[in-house]
Amino acid sequence: MTTTEMTVRDALNRALDEALAADPRVIVLGEDVADPAGGVSGVTAGLSTRHGHDRVLDTPISEAAIVGAAIGAAVDGMLPVAEIMIMDFIGIALDQIANHAAKLRFMSGGRTPCPVTIRTAVFGGLGSGATHSQSLEAWFMHIPGLKVIVPSTPADAKGLLTTAIFDPDPCVFVETVITYGARGPVPTEPGFAIPFGEADVKRAGNDVTVVTYGRGVFDALTAAEQVAAEGIDVEVVDLRTLVPLDMPRVLESVAKTKRAVVAHYATRFAGPGAELAATIGEELFGVLDAPVERVGARFTPIPAASSLEAAVFPSAGTIADAIRRTVGFGRG
Amino acid sequence: VTTDTGTMPTNDVLRTMFEVMTLVKTCDERLRKGIATGEFMTVFWPPRGQEAIAAGIAVCLRRDDRLVTTYRGLHDLIAKGVPLTEILGEMLGRQIGACRGKGGTMHVTCPDVGVMLSTGIVGAGVPVAVGLALAARRQGSDRVTAVCFGDGATNTGSFHEAANLASTWQLPVVLICQNNQYAEMTAVGQTMHIERIADRALAYAMPGVRVDGNDPVAVHRELSAAVERARSGGGPTLVECVTFRFNGHYFGDPMAYIPPEELAAAIAADPVPRYRSWLTEHAILDEDALAGIEAGAVRQVDDALATVLASPPPTIDEVDTDVYASAVGVPQ
Repeated sequence: MTTTEMTVRDALNRALDEALAADPRVIVLGEDVADPAGGVSGVTAGLSTRHGHDRVLDTPISEAAIVGAAIGAAVDGMLPVAEIMIMDFIGIALDQIANHAAKLRFMSGGRTPCPVTIRTAVFGGLGSGATHSQSLEAWFMHIPGLKVIVPSTPADAKGLLTTAIFDPDPCVFVETVITYGARGPVPTEPGFAIPFGEADVKRAGNDVTVVTYGRGVFDALTAAEQVAAEGIDVEVVDLRTLVPLDMPRVLESVAKTKRAVVAHYATRFAGPGAELAATIGEELFGVLDAPVERVGARFTPIPAASSLEAAVFPSAGTIADAIRRTVGFGRG
Repeated sequence: VTTDTGTMPTNDVLRTMFEVMTLVKTCDERLRKGIATGEFMTVFWPPRGQEAIAAGIAVCLRRDDRLVTTYRGLHDLIAKGVPLTEILGEMLGRQIGACRGKGGTMHVTCPDVGVMLSTGIVGAGVPVAVGLALAARRQGSDRVTAVCFGDGATNTGSFHEAANLASTWQLPVVLICQNNQYAEMTAVGQTMHIERIADRALAYAMPGVRVDGNDPVAVHRELSAAVERARSGGGPTLVECVTFRFNGHYFGDPMAYIPPEELAAAIAADPVPRYRSWLTEHAILDEDALAGIEAGAVRQVDDALATVLASPPPTIDEVDTDVYASAVGVPQ
């Protein structure tokens, strides 16, 4: 498969560009998405110039109307991609997402499917403070009917966004601004897509499994290198989609390593890792050599000062420490 | 009742409006009787008293025009042509229901006749209507989207966000405010510092009209103008139809918050007998014709109810159906 090196930002842009070119049902709407702004982080740059301002629509700062309008268009034959600029703003649109997008297929007995994609971005790590930094994906995992996607690499960003746009169900697609500049190979084949519900082993190993997604993948890979020097062989499983959740792949890995660390930037308490740890415990109780370790953000609003923010979020260091704890468990 | 013969609808339209009003009234009364006597159980937000608005909707919208309504939607659903068996079947939790019993009274959806959403969330339908209209524009269709909501909805952010967006994009939307004087259990005068809800349109440079919502001829006049404006590219209109609900917020509501004299005055102005008298006074329909329509409505409701009561409840596997397009990989 031919690939081109590009950033996450460019991979996302390419997915949107190709979808707009391939299917007239695709529209993009959100705050500042059209040129010349091209999106607050440049993800939608050039799209309105190429596909028209009637298909790439700047909106007022009206999150409920952005998502509500996207839902209405979706139930009437369109494939809208709505952007909520920063994930913390999604609360304003939450009724539309949780009570409408998620439930319309079910409540109508299948008569009004809602193939909307809601792109949003986590701005954590940039010192923006508590209302511009949260990783809220667990909120959406808790609502039956939604699919929740959190890509890490450029290839995953491209392939998963393409799948989300054309998926028949509502998708909450969570991007991470601090990783927009991360580079990697992306297949050049137009329409390249990655199926949902397929976790990806980003690093193979035998001693301990780190289950993570999104920004956590980068930290986990760094942590794995750190502990490799200590003779610990880490497997990093990138979930890529939280709903659907590739639990079979997770369990396969943990059954092999017998130790698991779950890590994410979402709040540790009642975070996605709680579901993962519980299920690993249920399925592999007799197999595990150590309790499942959970790494996540501290239970506090995200502070602005970089020193404080660093103390709240996980890091390669805290993941490495968790790896060491689980490997050392029971060895006194 | 209006006497402006310059905009008088044809006798066929006048007759259809009486048929719709009679059917709504008959169905509403039969449902309340059935619940009150224990013949069947359901939850119900009766529209009795708001029949004249339904009459206007029935004759002003095309079959392919879209309608969004609310939990108090029985009259709107009948007006748009949803089969009675689908409405009653949904309310009573039967397989024959519009959504096979999965939506319930609040959430009847029937895309076959353009009913794309009934929402249980006050105000939430307006953004969705904007999206339905956006889809029509993208698809090159001249269909119009009408959205019904109450006085209370105009105090929500969703309403204002959507009204602004509909106006900014000049979309073919008709915003029908059924001002029944009470937002759940609070009088409209206690929840807004304006006399006329129609004036809220001024903020969006949108035409806003206030009409006697108990006069079907007046409702027809204003709705047909708004629909024509929307269809011909003139953008959205807010039509405030002033009316009253006779049975409170939900059936069983003790209505302690409604002064008895206010309720008595409203019932004295009951739009159904009022329009019936008007039709005879103007020699549109004679007593035999009116009685025939009324007897026909009773038969229609009784027949539909018999069919519904003979329909089985949904099978339990419906619980896991239509949550997603495919259940593969999603949680149970």
